[in-house]
Amino acid sequence: MRVIEIPELALVALVGASGSGKSTFAKQHFRPTEILSSDSFRGLVADDEGDQTATADAFDALYYLLEKRLARGLLTVIDATNVQPEDRARIVATARKFHCLPVAMVVNTPAELCIERNKLRPERQFGAHVVHRQITALRRGLRGLEREGFRNVQFIDPVEEFEIRRVPLWNNRKQETGPFDIIGDLHGCADELRLLLTRLGWNAAPLDGQSALWGQETWHHPEGRKAIFVGDLVDRGPNTLDCLRIVHNMIATGTALCVPGNHDVKLMRWLRGAKVQIKHGLEQSIAEIEPLDKAQRAELACFLASLVSHYVLDGGALVVSHAGLREEMHGRGSGAVREFCLYGETTGETDEFGLPVRFNWAAEYRGRACVVYGHTPVPAPQWLNNTVNIDTGAVFGGSLTALRYPERDFVSVPAAREYAIPARPLRPQALDSRSSQQQLDDVLDLADVTGKRFIETRLHHSVTIREENSIAALEVMSRFATDPHWLIYLPPTMSPSETAKQPDYLEYPTEAFQYFRANGVETVVCEEKHMGSRAIVIVARDEAAAGLRFGVADGRGGVCYTRTGRPFFADPREEAAFVDRVRSALTAAKFWEEFNSSWFCLDCELMPWSAKARELIERQYAAVGAAGSAALMASFAAIRNSPAAAGLLPARERHLETMQKYRAAYRRYCWPVNSLGDYRLAPFHLLASEGLVHTNRTNLWHMQTLHRLAATDPGFLIATPFHEVNVNDESQVAAATSWWERLTDGGGEGMVVKPMNWIESGPKGLVQPALKCRGREYLRIIYGPSYTEELSTLRKRAVNAKRSLAAREFALGVESLERFVAGQPLRRVHECVFGVLALESEPIDPRL
Amino acid sequence: MLLSITNAGPNPTDIGFLLHKNPANLHSAELAFGHAHVFYSTPHENSCTAHLLLDINSVELVRGAQQLDDYVNDRPYVASSYFAVAIGRVFGTALAGNCQRRPDLIAAPLKLTIVIEVIRARGGADLLQRLFAPLGYTVDAAPIPLDPVFPEWGDSRYFRVTLAATATVHDALSHLYVLLPVLDDEKHYYIADDEVEKLLRHGEGWLASHPERQLIVKRYLKRRPSLVEIATARLLEECPQPLDAEEPPAAATEKELERPLTLHTQRLSMVATRMRELNVKSVIDLGCGEGRLLRRLLADRSFDRILGMDVSHRALEIAARKLKLDRMPQRQRARLELFQGSLLYRDTRLNGADAAALVEVIEHLDPPRLSAAERVVFKFARPRYVLVTTPNREYNVLFPTLPPGNMRHGDHRFEWTRAEFQSWAQATAQRYGYTVTTEPVGPLDETHGAPSQLAVFALDNQVAA
Repeated sequence: MRVIEIPELALVALVGASGSGKSTFAKQHFRPTEILSSDSFRGLVADDEGDQTATADAFDALYYLLEKRLARGLLTVIDATNVQPEDRARIVATARKFHCLPVAMVVNTPAELCIERNKLRPERQFGAHVVHRQITALRRGLRGLEREGFRNVQFIDPVEEFEIRRVPLWNNRKQETGPFDIIGDLHGCADELRLLLTRLGWNAAPLDGQSALWGQETWHHPEGRKAIFVGDLVDRGPNTLDCLRIVHNMIATGTALCVPGNHDVKLMRWLRGAKVQIKHGLEQSIAEIEPLDKAQRAELACFLASLVSHYVLDGGALVVSHAGLREEMHGRGSGAVREFCLYGETTGETDEFGLPVRFNWAAEYRGRACVVYGHTPVPAPQWLNNTVNIDTGAVFGGSLTALRYPERDFVSVPAAREYAIPARPLRPQALDSRSSQQQLDDVLDLADVTGKRFIETRLHHSVTIREENSIAALEVMSRFATDPHWLIYLPPTMSPSETAKQPDYLEYPTEAFQYFRANGVETVVCEEKHMGSRAIVIVARDEAAAGLRFGVADGRGGVCYTRTGRPFFADPREEAAFVDRVRSALTAAKFWEEFNSSWFCLDCELMPWSAKARELIERQYAAVGAAGSAALMASFAAIRNSPAAAGLLPARERHLETMQKYRAAYRRYCWPVNSLGDYRLAPFHLLASEGLVHTNRTNLWHMQTLHRLAATDPGFLIATPFHEVNVNDESQVAAATSWWERLTDGGGEGMVVKPMNWIESGPKGLVQPALKCRGREYLRIIYGPSYTEELSTLRKRAVNAKRSLAAREFALGVESLERFVAGQPLRRVHECVFGVLALESEPIDPRL
Repeated sequence: MLLSITNAGPNPTDIGFLLHKNPANLHSAELAFGHAHVFYSTPHENSCTAHLLLDINSVELVRGAQQLDDYVNDRPYVASSYFAVAIGRVFGTALAGNCQRRPDLIAAPLKLTIVIEVIRARGGADLLQRLFAPLGYTVDAAPIPLDPVFPEWGDSRYFRVTLAATATVHDALSHLYVLLPVLDDEKHYYIADDEVEKLLRHGEGWLASHPERQLIVKRYLKRRPSLVEIATARLLEECPQPLDAEEPPAAATEKELERPLTLHTQRLSMVATRMRELNVKSVIDLGCGEGRLLRRLLADRSFDRILGMDVSHRALEIAARKLKLDRMPQRQRARLELFQGSLLYRDTRLNGADAAALVEVIEHLDPPRLSAAERVVFKFARPRYVLVTTPNREYNVLFPTLPPGNMRHGDHRFEWTRAEFQSWAQATAQRYGYTVTTEPVGPLDETHGAPSQLAVFALDNQVAA
């Protein structure tokens, strides 16, 4: 059986007259979704596959789909006659646009047979002359197919049996997962290469055979690591040939891969006799090659020519190319891809040193794959949007650098000396102390937050943000939120426990414990719930540390913001004084040393409630109290004075009493704030510090650790009372329940019940990170002064939507912290924070 | 929730006939939103007090009819449109001016004292006075403190109001029926067209000549402009010689040509004029709000591409409605584009316009975030011209109603003096390779300058982009 090989990502053009059997052939060898047929598109746009007036519209629609498929990297077959050169030209241009290979499959069926078949098809009654004309055009075009751009032309006889085999592209090494040592531009620095390989744990292992050209030197890693060279092995340096030999032999023995650099290609062209300018260090290579004979030179050229433009490795997670690579070119093959890999992208201008001005493709890079490249010497490797340039200019007296993958650490050896003088001095580029990523992140891109989004999180798979929610979030974020550089976390919403079965109560501890029991959580931590305002406090050791870690230049050493990201303090001096007080506590508790961190992110409640909610209290809570008390007292007096209305009195008495309780409830959370000393801060999560998101710690650890912090400033910091409870131990549950009753009878808001582990999974996925159980009196502020009279109506509450929201927000919150701590680009952190804010605009019963 | 009417006339209990409620009994009626009760205080020799008590169940209103969205609500306790509905139900006969058993009493004025226990008077004691005094009442409005435990919070927006007048019960109830919702200014039901009829019926004989007629009509009809126009026109028929002869008929209020131009209008026309002078073809209005500048630019054919960006989706919807986007002719529609965006995020949609306008926008940004906005505009979007206006703080002392030290708008994060604005403009121009000139906007005061200020930035061609 004949085997036809085509690239796995190809644009296949069927070429043949009407009735030649193209469609039948395509259906046999390709999936239905891979075939775009002009006939069926005519049908789709005009309800008639034979309607020739619909041809232009049909092709518009066909090409629209084609582009979508090619952009996604899917092989596609165009089932149309394609007998005219202009039809095929459009196919070739489209293939080039998406960097995939055009393939022509010519179905050359005799005219008589085509005409015979068409006669049987009612929609193809266009007469024999049409088929004859098509076949004439087809034959005329056959010889030119290759010149048109079809490197792969196959002649098909539909009656023949054959197999179509899809061949991976050379650059596809996705099945190779490493570990890798990716090594920067060598430029003949063989001594530095040997030193670096040794440092990386490689051993020299001479080859058995003897080759005059390639010698015996090769290297091998005891742990089976593989080296990948980013190209530019040659020119400028002292030992170009040695470099070529080592790389060649390592590839031959399967311990290395190598992509070509522009210098390598230029040398290859020189070896093959092309007219190239002998400068930029080519002269050094030529001097070394001079003694080689013709055969050896040919072999050298052959080796250089065999290098593949770039590699896609580790399941698509890693891309190595000499000058970097845009995402849409990963794993593709075209002249443009090869050009980019060798030379990168330039703006067409030159700088003051006469070097081409490079377009910073990495600044726009948003791909998942990590891209490692070289080409342009930099003082030190720096990550930028998951890409890194590891050419640290060994030949210019810099260093030779390797990136260990997947470890992602850099290993460098300094150059023995400056072998060549760079056109542009190799020195730190700017006085800006911030990293390249921080400089780039100075301003965020709108495209990274708007529209419908899917955010991948470690805890909860993908979280969907609907467009209308991001529209709402954009306004809030822009108008009210603090600078996104500081905004590394927003807390999730919290669900209450299910409605209590206990009479007279809407919420009661039983249901909270039951929830965790049902989800397989044995131990919980019950924490007193403070009634203030949620506050995220970020404190750096000083302004300089803040600048370094958060990439800010606002002179602030910390911030305090609300659960929607608003600055807590309008006055920057007040914020600074507040942050300073927390900083002093961290210092007194020796947290800087203990956590070896220059910053902390704390999740807290800030009291009094009236400090931030004053306007709300005056407009709503106190206002209702004032109006209600006045109205109820007056009606009470009027009824008492009217014998006929005596029946109305008891209800009035009850309402008056509940109104007084209501006023008492909100008053507890109000006190005047005249200075910093009037605030109370209750930290309850030590969220993150350098290198660590403390989500792997238990809630008990968080409580105990923060108690140590609170002890250093008891007049300001509150050590939250808590109880550790085994939900399966009735006596412990009873003790915690009576503690809650005492707490709430005394006017407390209630408690928050959290699983012992900060992150807990149960049979149905993520367990709620916390449930609140609010006191009977406190709930008057939520459900109205006399809600206790209406309990039967109020019992109908649906907590599931709230819990689903809480889980998604929790996952996003943890994700944002993890991304920040991992040093990911700000947009990746901001995406999650923005997501939490967007989710908060979902309509959920605000009383839950 | 409690209203008391006392008759201190010669036959105090006559009021029982007029209200159609026997003073000896408790009268209860069920309403859609609760219960209304009428009862009398133990009668005195020389006075008789009837009470109307309204029980509103806010839990029902939140969960059932969904008229309210918060359980913690003042509606059960204040005199509001709920109260007017209750008056209509329980005192319907009296309100209609009927009294079958004692028709002789209908037209007889009584010596009435009306106490509204709690009312949220939007407009304060002053408005209470302006509404009731012209109808012959002496008005006593006692503010209710927000919370006696926190005297520093001051008074609430609620009043206990005592009205005294010699009037017929019919008139007094009509006044209350119309004016209670007007004072409260938050009607709980949808305002349908028959609301005009109701207003005219209950306002018969007093509303047309009331000096606050405009305000009453507007608020009663919840500011639905078309209904306001109908009602006003019909009131004017009723009273051909309006007392307030200078008040133009409502239909003409849109014509503002004769009036002095507002500051904002001057600002917009100045920006539009400068744009024209700069000879630019495409303009982007950053922070276009409801589209007033866009409308001016659209009127000038020399601008062939006009973009409006705002961070508020709601503002853009209003802009689309006001500009009648869906009915705009295709040619004109093609010149205009509205989209939501933010000055704090880099956005390629902002690129490519010849000129950008930021009219009264920057003062709405927190100072620490201003630099991000500068970069978005001057570094990334980089139009040839940028026009920025912002208030001049020095001028604030000349606004009589603005308390000293206050900013002009609750959302302003800062207001600059002329010097501050100029130094910002110069520094920004220098940093991003622009040249800049600033100029005053609005009437010039010798000491304090003009109320607003404009900076025109021009991209310096000498500096590479």
